[in-house]
Amino acid sequence: MTKLLIQQGRVIDPASKLNKVCDVLIEDGVISQVGTVSPHHARGATRIKAKGKIVCPGLIDVHVHCREPGQEGKETIATASAAAVAGGFTTIVAMPNTSPAIDQHTSVDFVLHRGRQAKLARVLTTGCITKDRKGEELAEMGMMQEAGAVAFTDDGTGIADSKVMQRAMQYAKMLDATLMQHCQDPTLFGGSMNSGPIAVRMGLGGIAPVGEEIMLLRDIELLERIGGHYHAQHLSSKKSIELVRTAKKDGLTVSAEATPHHLLLTDAACMTYDSNFKMNPPLRTAADVDALRRGVVDGTICCLATDHAPHTQEEKDLEFALAPFGIVGLECAVSLYAKALIDTGLCGWETVIERMTVGPAASIHSDLGTLKVGRPGDVTIIDPELEWTVDVDRFASKGRNCPWNGWTLKGRPTTTIVNGDIKFQLEK
Amino acid sequence: MAKKAPTASKRNKPVATRKRKPKVADVVVPEGFVWTKKDLLGLDELSAEEITYLLDTAESFSEVSTRSIKKVPALRGQVVGLLFFENSTRTRMSFELAAARLSADPIIFTSSGSSVSKGETTLDTVKNIEAMGVDIFVMRHGQSGAPHMVARKTSASIINAGDGPHEHPTQALLDIYTIREKLGSIAGKKVAIVGDIAHSRVARSNIIGLQKLGAEVVVVGPPTLIPNAIAQMGCSISHSLDEVLPELDAINMLRIQFERFGGGLFPSIREYHKLYGMNNARLAQCKDDVLIMHPGPMNRGVEITSAVADGPNSTILRQVTNGLAIRMAVLYSVFQAQGLLREQS
Repeated sequence: MTKLLIQQGRVIDPASKLNKVCDVLIEDGVISQVGTVSPHHARGATRIKAKGKIVCPGLIDVHVHCREPGQEGKETIATASAAAVAGGFTTIVAMPNTSPAIDQHTSVDFVLHRGRQAKLARVLTTGCITKDRKGEELAEMGMMQEAGAVAFTDDGTGIADSKVMQRAMQYAKMLDATLMQHCQDPTLFGGSMNSGPIAVRMGLGGIAPVGEEIMLLRDIELLERIGGHYHAQHLSSKKSIELVRTAKKDGLTVSAEATPHHLLLTDAACMTYDSNFKMNPPLRTAADVDALRRGVVDGTICCLATDHAPHTQEEKDLEFALAPFGIVGLECAVSLYAKALIDTGLCGWETVIERMTVGPAASIHSDLGTLKVGRPGDVTIIDPELEWTVDVDRFASKGRNCPWNGWTLKGRPTTTIVNGDIKFQLEK
Repeated sequence: MAKKAPTASKRNKPVATRKRKPKVADVVVPEGFVWTKKDLLGLDELSAEEITYLLDTAESFSEVSTRSIKKVPALRGQVVGLLFFENSTRTRMSFELAAARLSADPIIFTSSGSSVSKGETTLDTVKNIEAMGVDIFVMRHGQSGAPHMVARKTSASIINAGDGPHEHPTQALLDIYTIREKLGSIAGKKVAIVGDIAHSRVARSNIIGLQKLGAEVVVVGPPTLIPNAIAQMGCSISHSLDEVLPELDAINMLRIQFERFGGGLFPSIREYHKLYGMNNARLAQCKDDVLIMHPGPMNRGVEITSAVADGPNSTILRQVTNGLAIRMAVLYSVFQAQGLLREQS
C-alpha cells in the first residue's frame, strides 16, 4: 500500500465546507483521512510538511487549448499537462478546435490516450457540437460522450445558427451533457480588440461586447424553453454577467467562466500593439473587469478558467491585427486569481478555491474537486505568501505568449498531487 | 488670403470681454530645442513644440525647391529605405524626392514581387534591409501598429508613412503646414474633416495634430463612417455638413476608402454626394477664404466636384508641394536624432 501524508496544512475543501489546519492522508491514490491522522495510520507514509500552506482539492481548468492533434508546434497534450501540474492543476479539459477538430469518438480516444501517456495531469476533453466546428450539422455527441467527452463546444466560434443551437440543446439535454458556448455573434465580429475609444485611436477594428451579449441572450431564451445545462465560456462584459445572474435567478442551469486576463487587464493594455494582449473575447474596460470580479465573488461565475491558448513566437510576432488571438495562463493562473480577487480584498482563498474546484467539476458533471474520503487523491498545495516573478522561458508550456512576463506575483502552487502521486514539486 | 499673421500685435490686443473665447496663441518652439526622437510613428507621440519644430524646419527647407540646383548636402552618403507594403504614389514619390533633395540615396521596396509574396514577415523584411546598412526607413503598411512593432524590434529609425487606419503623420503635418501658411496660424481655427473618418489615418493624425496646436476639429459624415468613440479624442461630431459650413476655416475632404470595407456603410455614392459632397453651392455657404483641402487621391464627383477641387479656395496641389518640405524636415530631424544616438553609444 502506498501512502502519502500531507501534514498540518490549512485544509480548504469548499465541497465539504472544511477550512482548518489538519492532515490529509492518501492511500493507494484515494483520499482516506482528512483530520488528525494517528501515527498508526501514518506508518510508512511519504510525508509532506505543509505548515503555513493551503492544502486543497486538485485544481480543475475547464478551458485549455492543448493544440493536439495538428498544432503541435504551439503545444502538445504532454506539454500542456506539464504546464497544468506546474500551475497546480490536476485536471484539465481540452478544447476541440484542433486540426482536425475533435468531432468524433476516435479523436476523443486519441486525446485521452495521449493524456494518459503523459502521466501528469488528468486530461479530459470536450467534443465539438457540430461537425468540423462549422455550425451546420450536429457532431456525434452521443458516441463522443461514450468515449469520454465531458462536454461539448465549438470553442473559438459560437453557434451562429439559432436552429442548430436549438437542436444541439435538445440533443445535449437527452445526453445530460453540458453545452459550452463561446458567445460571439460572428456577424458582429470584425476586429482585433475591444471596440471603443482606444480601438478608434489605434485604428484597429473593434469587437463590441454586444456580439457576446446577443448570443448569450439568445441561448438563455432557448434554454428557458428546452432546458439542460448551458455553460458560457470566458465571459468578458458587464452586461453578460447580468444576463447570467438573471438566468440563474430564473432557475435555469447556467454556469459561466472568467479568465485571469479578463479579471486583470483592460483594453488600455493594447496601446503598444503588443499581440500578447490580443485575445478573443478581447480585453474590455475597467467597469467590465469590476463586474466580472464581483460575478466571481457572488457565484454568478462559478468557474475560473484560463483559456490557456499557446501560440508560437513567430505567429505572435506579427502585426496586431494579423497575430492570432490568445495567451497562455496555466502556470500563473493561481497567482493571477489571487491578485485579482484576494489582494483586492474581494474574497478569500475559500472562494477562489471553490471556483477552481467545485464550480468546474459541476460544469462537467464530475465528482472530482473535493477531498471527501473515497475520492481520487488529487491535491494541490499552495504557498499563499510565496512571491515570484513570471519568466516565460521557465514555462513547461511551449507557449511564451504571456502578457504577465516579468510581473511579480504572490501565492503559488508548490506541490501538485494526482491520484496520490506527486506530479509537481516547486524547486526551492 | 493672409500670408502671415502679425502674431505679436494679435497678442498685444486686450481681451475684449471675458465671455469671448480666449484667443489661443500659436505654439512657439523654445530656443535651443533639439529634436531627439529616432522614430516618427505618429503625432500622438509628439508634443506641440515638436510638431511646430517640424513645421518650422519644413519652412526653412521649402526654399530648396525653388533653387536652380534643388539639393542640399545634409544627408550625403546616407541611404533611406522606402518600404511600401501598401501601394502609394504620392507619398512614395514625395519621400523619394525629399531624400534626393537632401542628397540621400533612396532605395525602394514594394511588397508586390518581393519576398512578402513568398511568405516573409514584415519584421524579417525590415531586418534584412537593415542588415544591408540602412538606418532610416520610411514605412507604409496596411496594418495599424506595424511601424510601431518594427520600431520596437529594430534599432533603425522608422518614419510612419501611413499604417492602416491608424496614423499618417507626414500627411497631417503637411495639412497643418498648409493651413498655417495660408491662414497665418493654427490656434483658434476651426477645421472640419469630412467623410470616411472610421477608415482614415489622415483623419486621426489631423485630429491629434490640429488640436495639439490649439485648433478646433469637427468630424462630419454619416454615423456608419464615424465611430462615436472618436469624440473621446477631443473633436466634435456632426452629421450635417451644411450646419457646420459657415463657421469653418478649413475643410479637409476625405476619399471614401472602398478598399478598406466591404461596402454597405451608406446606401449609394449618389446619396453620399448629395449629403456630404463639396460643391459650389456649399462653398457659397462658407467663409470667403475657407481652405478646401484633400489628401488625395480624389474621387471627383463623389466627395468633391471638379469646380471646387480646381477652384480658388482649393489648396490641394499646394498641399502636395508642401509635403515635400515636410518630408525633408522629417528625414533631416530623424537623421539628426540617429546621429545623437550613435554619439551616445
